[in-house]
Amino acid sequence: MSDPIVWIVLFPLFGAVLCALAGPWARTICYPVSILSMIASVWASVNTLLQAVEASTHEVSYILGGWSLDLFPRGVGIEFRADILGGLITLVVTGVGLIVTLYSRLPVQRETPGKESMYYGLFLLQIAGLAGIALTGDAFNLYVLIEVAALTGYGLIALGSNRAAAATFNYVILGTIGASFYLLGVGYLYLKTGTLNMVGIREVIEANQMYDSPAMQVAFVLVLLGILIKMAFFPFHAWLPNAYCHAPTTTSCLLAPLVTKVMIYVMIRMILTVFGVEFTFESTLWTEVMPWLVVVAIVCAAVMALAQREIKRMLAYLIVAEVGYMVGGVWIYNYYGLIGSIFHVISDACMTLCLFLGAGIILQKCKTTHFDGLRGLFARMPLTMIGFFIGGFSIIGLPPTCGFFSKWYLITGGMVSERWEYMVTLMFSTMVMVILFFRLIERMHLAVSESGQNLGKGHGDLGLTERQTRFDEAPLSMLIPLLLAASVVLIVGVYNQEIVDQIEIFLQPFDLPTGVHYE
Amino acid sequence: MFEEGSIFTQLLVERLNYFIYVVLLLIGLWAMIAKNNLIKKLIGMSIFQTAIILFYVSIGVKEGATIPIYLPEHDPHASHGSAEHNDAAVSGPQVLEVSEVSGYTNPLPHVLMLTAIVVGVATLGLALSICLRIYRGYGTVEEDDLLLKLEQEDSRNAGGFKKRRPRKRPSSTKASSGAAQAVSSEKSKSDRAGQGNRRSRSKSPAKKTQSSSTSDGKKPARRRPRPKKPKERDS
Amino acid sequence: MKRVAVIVVLLIGLLLAWAVRDFPSWGDPHAPASSSPVSSHFISSTGVDTEVPNMVTAVLADYRGFDTMFETVVVFIAGLAVVSILRGGPRRRTRDREFVVNFEPDLIVTNTVRLIVPVIQIFAFYVLAHGHVSPGGGFQGGVAMGASFILIALSWDLKTALARFPLDRCFTVAALGIVIYAGIGLLSMFLGGEFLDYAHLAEAFPVSPEMARYHAMLGVEIGVGFTVTAIMFALYASLSTDGRMRDGL
Repeated sequence: MSDPIVWIVLFPLFGAVLCALAGPWARTICYPVSILSMIASVWASVNTLLQAVEASTHEVSYILGGWSLDLFPRGVGIEFRADILGGLITLVVTGVGLIVTLYSRLPVQRETPGKESMYYGLFLLQIAGLAGIALTGDAFNLYVLIEVAALTGYGLIALGSNRAAAATFNYVILGTIGASFYLLGVGYLYLKTGTLNMVGIREVIEANQMYDSPAMQVAFVLVLLGILIKMAFFPFHAWLPNAYCHAPTTTSCLLAPLVTKVMIYVMIRMILTVFGVEFTFESTLWTEVMPWLVVVAIVCAAVMALAQREIKRMLAYLIVAEVGYMVGGVWIYNYYGLIGSIFHVISDACMTLCLFLGAGIILQKCKTTHFDGLRGLFARMPLTMIGFFIGGFSIIGLPPTCGFFSKWYLITGGMVSERWEYMVTLMFSTMVMVILFFRLIERMHLAVSESGQNLGKGHGDLGLTERQTRFDEAPLSMLIPLLLAASVVLIVGVYNQEIVDQIEIFLQPFDLPTGVHYE
Repeated sequence: MFEEGSIFTQLLVERLNYFIYVVLLLIGLWAMIAKNNLIKKLIGMSIFQTAIILFYVSIGVKEGATIPIYLPEHDPHASHGSAEHNDAAVSGPQVLEVSEVSGYTNPLPHVLMLTAIVVGVATLGLALSICLRIYRGYGTVEEDDLLLKLEQEDSRNAGGFKKRRPRKRPSSTKASSGAAQAVSSEKSKSDRAGQGNRRSRSKSPAKKTQSSSTSDGKKPARRRPRPKKPKERDS
Repeated sequence: MKRVAVIVVLLIGLLLAWAVRDFPSWGDPHAPASSSPVSSHFISSTGVDTEVPNMVTAVLADYRGFDTMFETVVVFIAGLAVVSILRGGPRRRTRDREFVVNFEPDLIVTNTVRLIVPVIQIFAFYVLAHGHVSPGGGFQGGVAMGASFILIALSWDLKTALARFPLDRCFTVAALGIVIYAGIGLLSMFLGGEFLDYAHLAEAFPVSPEMARYHAMLGVEIGVGFTVTAIMFALYASLSTDGRMRDGL
């Protein structure tokens, strides 16, 4: 198997088909099949990333259907391209997928009884779609894969309760608008350039100097608008909190870390590979306006997160805020900002995974994620709480975790390009997150009610019965993935320099400003 | 108004298809955003996607060209069939000349739209099933009605934990949960009156699971005098 | 809400109309989309590359076969999702339903359908198999085939149709369709080519690489037809009965 790149998508695809085929007769094989196909997929994406790192051009190109570039014009066939960015994102997607698959056994049995085979089928196809998005080099193929990921997402969320179905409807409407705008943008691109291959489009744009063409500008607006809707950027975030909050546990664990991040990857890909840096940042309008939109987005999302009294809902608003970080990192138009953005995509996926896995365990054990039901959790489930708060500290940005380093680069980028408003907003939202998580710690660890009243009898007493504070850790099949995710957060943090080095290699060919311009 | 080069000429005469696609797209978008009925929203979604299909197909149009299927003289298999023509049989299918290429429309947009149509059908089917599920759970497909019911459900679920620890609640929560209680007590009245239609709605499955006091069978719950625990913790 | 919607819609309309002025004029043969090397290659060389006269089929199933594979997967996903969303879960009791359908299958209708259905099915096969030389292909044929089963369900009842095509079998057939499609791709990969590079099938079968592409496309379309047929019927059966799979329309 000399071409692991296509196997990344094929393993989950075949796994899904096998699950659906096994469906009614052999429900029990779905879980092992999913795990096996995910392990294989992770293996393939690791190999692909290594190939991309070692290649002299730092990318792996694979033309599906044998329409090689030597014999046929570019864009005749569909191309899979894994440069270092694509490879990293693919690894994140499959890795998160593997961890969530490991975690999924009990929640899926409990929340969607009798539908396991369909659930795993959709689940694996979701991962295949997301991994495909990160790999494809064709603008229209990207649309198809976005729809694969979106449709499986709708299905996975609506599988749960009636409430989840009601929440999904908004997602369907907004998601379809977003994807259709993207499709329309691709249509404009095709109309003006005559090709659908991403690199091909950029070559035509650069060759014909189409920087001022109204149709190209509108294509850019449409593509950007579609992607912003899909990634739940602030004014378009309405679908996200409800959908993730009411979705079945495993679904929210899979979608929350991946969907928005992959869409940010698509935005970066569109800017760097399709439209080109020159086109995107040519008009100063965007670089002036977008950071301010980002500021509004982060502030609003952070304030709304403060108002929530339920863990999953709070985390959903945190995701909206984090999306603001990453979009901002791209649009401050700066080398370090972009490094921060890309690194934050990776680290945010890890830490969001951590938090949602933890929230899922809390939901499983306490039957609620409401703040008032959490007292004494540190005593009951110390390991789970350690894992959960490693994710939380990473969101805040405490040093050994990966969140610190990505935020560091984002703030550096804001400083270098003198976007003070972005920097201040990052600081503000960090403060908000400190409040959020330390409020949670207080609620779980101390016997203090919301109004500040001490419910315990004295020092160290939680005001709970013996039975309520007895050591009662989560089942191993859920605990191990959580601890795995937590250790990934720490490992990515410790080895941040290696990852950043690779991102720098990826960003080298693009002409991005690295410092303050002095006239 | 329609003189050469004016915007009307450009829009309505030279590029009528593109103009129609914009109008269709706006109709669809308007329906998706502003309509209250979920099914109407889905109809809007269909119009929206159809508009995009019209746009793509318009790209593929080429003046004086025929559909992208080889005419008999270019058919790759026609040469095999007519074996008498020795020269044709030897050379096999030929790459078309530039002049011949301009005789066929561009096949690519049609292929893309085949994909988009299929994706649209899949999305529509899925969205309809979600609508059915919503109707099953909440008995309505009107958005404002649905939002009201969802709000009630959410505030009921959130209320589950305030029972044990009385505390001052912010006025907004109070008002909304108060409204929820008013509605639920109204429902119980109408239940007793035996109005079948109302009853079927108040028995939404979400309600069955709301709290331990009402989950043990429907009949006792209905007979019990309504001002129950939630009221007490308010005072 | 409505006012906001009007503003949003009008803004987008203005944006799109503004861009329309920059479009190449209607039907211009020199427009970038029509004159690009990609499109010219499709028109000029499809015959040489694949020997398929219908360029749309060739582009769909071969040049952009990967798109089409995922398109089939999208159909499959829709089926999985719809059935699993509607199956099970708490539901309102039967006597609360607004409508009760109680009827005997009509003699004239059922006998007409008895005559029509075989014709529809043969036509579906024709559309599928003849997609290489005329408009048609797996999706169209599959939809026609699915329609024949839906017609049975409409004229008799769903039970009769499900007796001929049970829901479990629907998913088996649909999954089989994807297995056929991806399997042909894999086979060409194992024979030394890239994924979906049908030309390499010529090493295993006694045909030229071009004719290998030609025949593999037929195989791929059959896979698509399987999936679409099964899922169309599954969608109908689920949606018309609210997932209950009995006494539908």
